[in-house]
Amino acid sequence: MTETAFRRMKDLPSTRLLGTGTPMCAGCGGLLSLHEIYDILGENTVFINAAGCMTLLSVYPFTPFRGSWLYTAMGSAPAGAQGIRDALDILLEQKRITADEDLQTVVLTGDGSAYGMGLSATSGAIDRNLDFLYICYDNEGYGNTGQQFSEATPHAAKTSTSKGPRGFPGFKKDLFDIWAANRPAYVATVIGTEPLDLARKIEKAKNIKGPRLIITLAPCPTGWDYDPKETVEIGKLAVQTGVWPLKEYIDGKVAHTKIPRQRKPVEEYLIKQGRFAHLFKPERNEKLLTEIQQRIDAYWDGVSN
Amino acid sequence: MTRRLLTGNGAAAWGARLAKVDYVPAFPITPQTEIIETLSEWFDNGEIAGRMTTLESEHSMITAAGAAAITGTRVFTATSSQGLLYGMEMLYTVAGWRAPFVMINVSRGLAAPITLEPDHNDILAARDSGFLQIHCATCQEVLDSTLIAYRLAEHEKVRLPVIVNLDGFYLSFTREPVEIPDPEQAANFVGPFDPESSPLRASTPTSQAVAVLGGSPYSYFRYELHLAAQEALGIYDEVATEFAKQFGRDYTAIETYHNDDAEFSFVMMGCFATKAKEAVDRLREAGWRIGLVRPRLLRPLPEEALQKALGDKKAVAVIDQNISMGKGGVLHTEIASALYDLKDRPLLVSFIGGLGGRDISQEELFEMASTLRDAVEKGESPAPRLLYTANELREIRKLQSIANVERQELNLGKKLGEEQGKGKTND
Repeated sequence: MTETAFRRMKDLPSTRLLGTGTPMCAGCGGLLSLHEIYDILGENTVFINAAGCMTLLSVYPFTPFRGSWLYTAMGSAPAGAQGIRDALDILLEQKRITADEDLQTVVLTGDGSAYGMGLSATSGAIDRNLDFLYICYDNEGYGNTGQQFSEATPHAAKTSTSKGPRGFPGFKKDLFDIWAANRPAYVATVIGTEPLDLARKIEKAKNIKGPRLIITLAPCPTGWDYDPKETVEIGKLAVQTGVWPLKEYIDGKVAHTKIPRQRKPVEEYLIKQGRFAHLFKPERNEKLLTEIQQRIDAYWDGVSN
Repeated sequence: MTRRLLTGNGAAAWGARLAKVDYVPAFPITPQTEIIETLSEWFDNGEIAGRMTTLESEHSMITAAGAAAITGTRVFTATSSQGLLYGMEMLYTVAGWRAPFVMINVSRGLAAPITLEPDHNDILAARDSGFLQIHCATCQEVLDSTLIAYRLAEHEKVRLPVIVNLDGFYLSFTREPVEIPDPEQAANFVGPFDPESSPLRASTPTSQAVAVLGGSPYSYFRYELHLAAQEALGIYDEVATEFAKQFGRDYTAIETYHNDDAEFSFVMMGCFATKAKEAVDRLREAGWRIGLVRPRLLRPLPEEALQKALGDKKAVAVIDQNISMGKGGVLHTEIASALYDLKDRPLLVSFIGGLGGRDISQEELFEMASTLRDAVEKGESPAPRLLYTANELREIRKLQSIANVERQELNLGKKLGEEQGKGKTND
């Protein structure tokens, strides 16, 4: 990465643009990311939200946003961004507003909308080359309704709709690749516990036009069943074990931005979360643990840079 | 002003053009598509300014329409039938946003079975959404109502989206002579778009459509919406009166035809009401005192006007081109509730007809008139009638017979094939 304003941790802004006192859960990994992202995006931003945990950020008559916010519905936040972007463009073209009145259109949804119900609207927005930033906070399940499995739930995780001994039988959908296949302007994975990597990617995304996606893994104490104080540790382990590869897609190429030199065994990440407890108790599920480790190893074997 | 042969769809597109809309989020669906094709051509060759965006669904289209309206642009869109239902979640949502824009619905029956031809179950499914509804019977009315609809939607006491409804095929594809108002006069009538207090702008940060906790704030906003919709009744009269003064065409909230001195009335919505007009003419020639009442506004419902127009009748036939399963005609319930408070209310007789574009014949309308007279003689209303002729039933039975014969032959062929197959393995 070149010409970044964020070379060291102390370069990160400490403006804290997002207000406090929201009803998010203690230790919310998604909120951690949003704080960091908002500080870099700035207040000339309109967040277009879909149904999910973060819908509760703005509850009448309070809002933590210095900029603007619009709640739409679970399936059509990118279409809300389309309407706002088109309207602002028309007003700018016809000189009915000045350039300093313009807003960045930022879609903010959870994985339920981003990986599932909203994917058709997202696909349409990419096809139309909509100039918008999509931020997905991915807590790997329908968190706001009590963590039922979603299309982003990892294999074997226990959720409130996959309580059996093997947990969730499916596999986490690859939203990064789905986006990248459509050749958008930018796609990146981030996590709030790697703030420097996150800041550089948001900085880059902010200065590109076209459809851009940021997926931030959102460790979720309530949904993943761990003590809220562990959020940062679990986030770091997600990167160190290689479960959550930090990467970006730009100009047709995928590059990994932080390759763990010596990957920790995945069970160090899994054992900290109640949703994976059945892999260790009452006895170790060696077969499943090996399978999960092999899948991660196979991913990194295919990474060239 | 010019006079031109236009389809209902063409008239709708002209309405949007004369209202100088900025933005058209679109999605094609029969029988509406001609509207967006026409507008797309005008945008492409620079005849109108602004932008059209084709979304990937009606759900997204209505989201984009609402979002662009609250960002401060004049928005027009159009849909029909399945599309209206696909976008239903967003109809309620953008009405709650108080997003003022105009949407055309070209009425078409709903699946299943899937069909292309008209009835009003689609538009009536949107009845409680918060969109106001204007129902049209002629192509001229479609154009003029679109202009009126912008004034209504954008009025400071209303600020609600409006649907202008026309019937698929019968109106959407029928060419009628339409007077196209002078563009400058039309633009002056509609006026510039006022984005009001807090459009989405850098200098006016605002959180919109936020969540509420508990029934009290929820009720507050829902009541606000209802009161604004009720307010729209008086505003509609003002705007329609001004329109009549400027353009010479009068669009009262309900249209009446030979109704003042009538003993009996037909009540109908949409362009099938023109069939009832013809029946009124012919029945009057035969000595009947009968008239027609056609609500243009369905939301808000002009209850007082309906009471005035129908209160003194002996009996009223409500002809519904829709059906609420397990209840009957939706317009019938609306009229019944509007008249209930009257001391001497007329007998109401419910007829369901015209579903999926099925014709309502003159003979059927004459029969309805006789039913009204019989009801008055007996002093009670008969059970609701589902219009269907013995001949139609016979035709359906014939089709079923053909289908059964085909099925039997297919099964017989399969059986023979299996037996031959078995024979071979035995050899």
